[in-house]
Parts: sequence; C-alpha cells; structure tokens
Amino acid sequence: MSEAPSARPARIRVLLPDQLQRLAKLEREVTVTVGGPVTQRTVLDALEASFPALRGTIRDHAGRRRPKVRIFACNEDVSHNPPDEPLPKAIASGAEPLFVLGAISGG
Amino acid sequence: MSGVRILVGTRKGAFILSADGNRKHWTVDGPHFAGWEVYHLKGSPADPNRIYASQTSSWFGQIIQRSSDGGRTWEQPGIDPADIPKIDEVQEDGSMPAPAPSLFAYDTSAETGKPLTTHRWYDGTPHPWEFARVWHLEPSLDDPDTVYAGVEDAALFKSTDGGQSWQELAGLRGHGSGTEWDPGAGGLCLHTILLDRQNPDRMYVAISSAGAFRTDDAGQTWRPINQGLVSEQIPNPTAEIGHCVHNLAMHPSRPDVLFMQKHWDVMRSDDGGDAWHEVSGNLPSDFGFPIAVHAHEPETVYVVPIESDSLHYPPEGKLRVYRSRGGGHEWEPLTRGLPQEHCYVNILRDAMSVDTLDQCGIYFGTTGGQVYASPDGGDHWTAIVRDLPAVLSVEVQTLP
Repeated sequence: MSEAPSARPARIRVLLPDQLQRLAKLEREVTVTVGGPVTQRTVLDALEASFPALRGTIRDHAGRRRPKVRIFACNEDVSHNPPDEPLPKAIASGAEPLFVLGAISGG
Repeated sequence: MSGVRILVGTRKGAFILSADGNRKHWTVDGPHFAGWEVYHLKGSPADPNRIYASQTSSWFGQIIQRSSDGGRTWEQPGIDPADIPKIDEVQEDGSMPAPAPSLFAYDTSAETGKPLTTHRWYDGTPHPWEFARVWHLEPSLDDPDTVYAGVEDAALFKSTDGGQSWQELAGLRGHGSGTEWDPGAGGLCLHTILLDRQNPDRMYVAISSAGAFRTDDAGQTWRPINQGLVSEQIPNPTAEIGHCVHNLAMHPSRPDVLFMQKHWDVMRSDDGGDAWHEVSGNLPSDFGFPIAVHAHEPETVYVVPIESDSLHYPPEGKLRVYRSRGGGHEWEPLTRGLPQEHCYVNILRDAMSVDTLDQCGIYFGTTGGQVYASPDGGDHWTAIVRDLPAVLSVEVQTLP
C-alpha cells in the first residue's frame, strides 16, 4: 500500500473543495511537487507553499488538520493517520489524486 | 456627486450596493467570497477605498480580506502573489515552508495577559478559550492600516499593518472577570466596538453575554460598565458581569451618550457608560438586536423590536423600525414600504447603519435576504434587494 520515499520529485495531484477553489482562485484539481517522502504533511506543505491563500484553511495555523476537514487517498480516509506516514503509491505516482474535502455536516 | 456604498455581509458571501446621493437607483455587486460566511465588512473612515472583511467558515477557518479600491478587488493581507515561493526553490533544499503565523492568537504571556485559560461554558463549567471567528472589524478613525477585531471566543485584537498581523489587547480578558464570562446563544462573542472621535484613548466594546466594557487608556486596561442594567435571566439581575448586551450606538458629536439594545431593554447612558437607565418606553417589545443613531440628530435613535428571545421575528408579523426623536422613552413606528403582515425575519445586531448625507439615510438587512433603505431618516422604505442570503451585517459608507 505504501512505498518508500522517492528520490525524484513527485508530482502530486490534489482535489480541493469548492470553497477553497474559490478562495485561492484554483481549479478543482491542482498539482504540486514534493521532493522527499510523499506524506500528508509534505503534500500539504507543498500545497500551502504553492498557494499561500490556502494557509490556515486545511490545517490551522499550528499545523493541525481542521476538525471538519477530511483527507482521502485511494478511497481510504487517511485523515487520522500520522501526518508523516507515506501515502499510497498511486498518490505518489500521480495516478490517483489526494482528495481534500469538507465534512458533510449540514450543507 | 456624493453617493453611498452599502457593504453587506451574508451567510454565503458579501455584496456591495451602490447609489448616487439620490439613493434611488442601485447597482448590486457580488457575491464576493461566494459560499463563505461574511460576518462583517467595514470601510476605513480615513480612506473609504480601504475596506476590511471577515470571511469565515466552520470548516476552513478565518480569513481576513482587504480591499484598497473600494471593494472592486480583494487580497488576503500578507499573501502577496509576489511572495509565493517558486516550487523548485522550496524543493531544492527539502525545507518546509515557514508556517503562517496564527492570525488570532490569544495572549498568554505573563507580562501582558494575566493569561486566562478558561471562561464559563453554557453549563457553568470552565471552558478553554478557543478562537472561532471574527464578528466585527472596526477600522481606526485616522489610520487606514489600523483596525480592531472583535472575536469569538470574546477578545479584542488590533492590527497596525493593514490586517496582516494581529495582537490581542489582553487587558480586556485579563481585567478580572474573564473567567465568569458566559457565551450567549450565538457564542461568546465580542461583537461591538465603538471608538471615541474626541478621545482616542477611549473605546467601548460589548460582549454576549458578559456586558459592556470601557477603556480610557487605548485598550491597555478595561473595566465593566454595566451599572443600571437589569437582566432577569441571570441569577443576580444587577450583577456587574453577565448581561447579554446586543449592540451599542453613539453619535460622534456626543461620545458620552451611549444607547444600548440589550437582550431585553433599550438603555441609555449619559456618562460614558458609568450608569445606564432604561428608555424602552412604549416599544411593542424591548427585545431586539441593532440600535443606531441618526447622523445629524444625536437624540434620534432607531431600533427594530423583535418579539422575544425564543421568537426571533417581529411582533405581529409586522416589520417596523421604531424611531425616538427624544433619545428614548417615546417611540414611533416607521412602516411605509415595510411588510406589515406575514413577516417573520430577524434583523441581526450589525445589520443596521446610517449614512451621513444631508438627509440621513438608514439601512438594514434581514435574515430573509432583504436590504431596506430609507433616504429620509426612516419615513419611507424600499427594498434595494430582496433575495440575498441571510444578511449578517450592513455597513454604509458615504462617499464624497
């Protein structure tokens, strides 16, 4: 399921929820480059570096995932996984996107 | 020709309504920040092109937006496109981007904060302070880059760099009663900030449901100003702390005269809040949220009576603004152009404002999405728009 860190920079696809697309003026899918291990932390770091308007929105300003934000990889909820745990190979290869979404709670 | 610009915050974005001084023909611009709650927008008195907005989401946190061109374009202070690092630069050394500083971090320093760790929760138990959102933004009277923010959980913050960084004025939470503050139905929110044009060191804030507070040293120290308030809903109705103040209003020419819409009761103080007395008079209900003062008549006051705290709609289904020309006690209903049957909307605390044109205009927004305007001090009303998302705030800028 997971893979060792890649030596080559990885191009990671990320799907964003509507509100964040509007905030940062982005399409639903964006691509970011991760140089080291492909983990939630490195992908979100790269995302925030590329699109600073997203800082503080998926993770709060202390770096904690916001309670109503969930993150899926290959149809698996990885929101509660350790942030430094490698993401699945299909994410690291760009075959599948990392899916960031707001929890469905009241519309 | 002079004109007005109405800044409307709603549950699903912001709108800007503009007209010339006749206030008959309006343009509607928006939604800005579509899909996000916009609790409040307000323009700088020192530069009307500078506008601040509180964009917030229970999911994605608090965003501060700033415009320098009257609301045509917006930016997040501190996030300049030129500052965006190139991806290659970030990746070459493997370093992580510097985390953005917390926008609204409570002061926990021993030096300045007398740091508080808890306030009271709904059930009376201690509860940690947790930032939720900015309810109100109050730009400085003379510096476009200085702005105050009233937040939930209740605290007052100040920015002197155009909203990029914020520092808590911790003397408010730390003055001694903070551990006794209870949240109101909408949360423990600091929702009202009044600046004294004649005394830059004096400022007033109101907190639901802690009460009203005043500083006389530019925010360093604070004291509660709730003497004369009577709230039957709390164990000690005349307690110093615990009153659910909904809104305060002041005429700039008489900053010692304050008007208050409390949870129940419309109140008045003639001594900067040292003592209050009730001026509800003949109102059909003295429950309500906003209160406003005529731009040129310091004794002319407006409220919108609401049936009760459980029935958040106008009495008898009739939307009526009440005006007192004598600073309270005697009130007249203003109904021309407002629905007088089957009306069950609410008007929230920051959703009424006045312009300063020669013939004072008054404006309010409803939870039903209407924004009503009266260009003649309340005698006649028309709806500028009828179908916006629920309106959270209405602020008016009078343009040269």
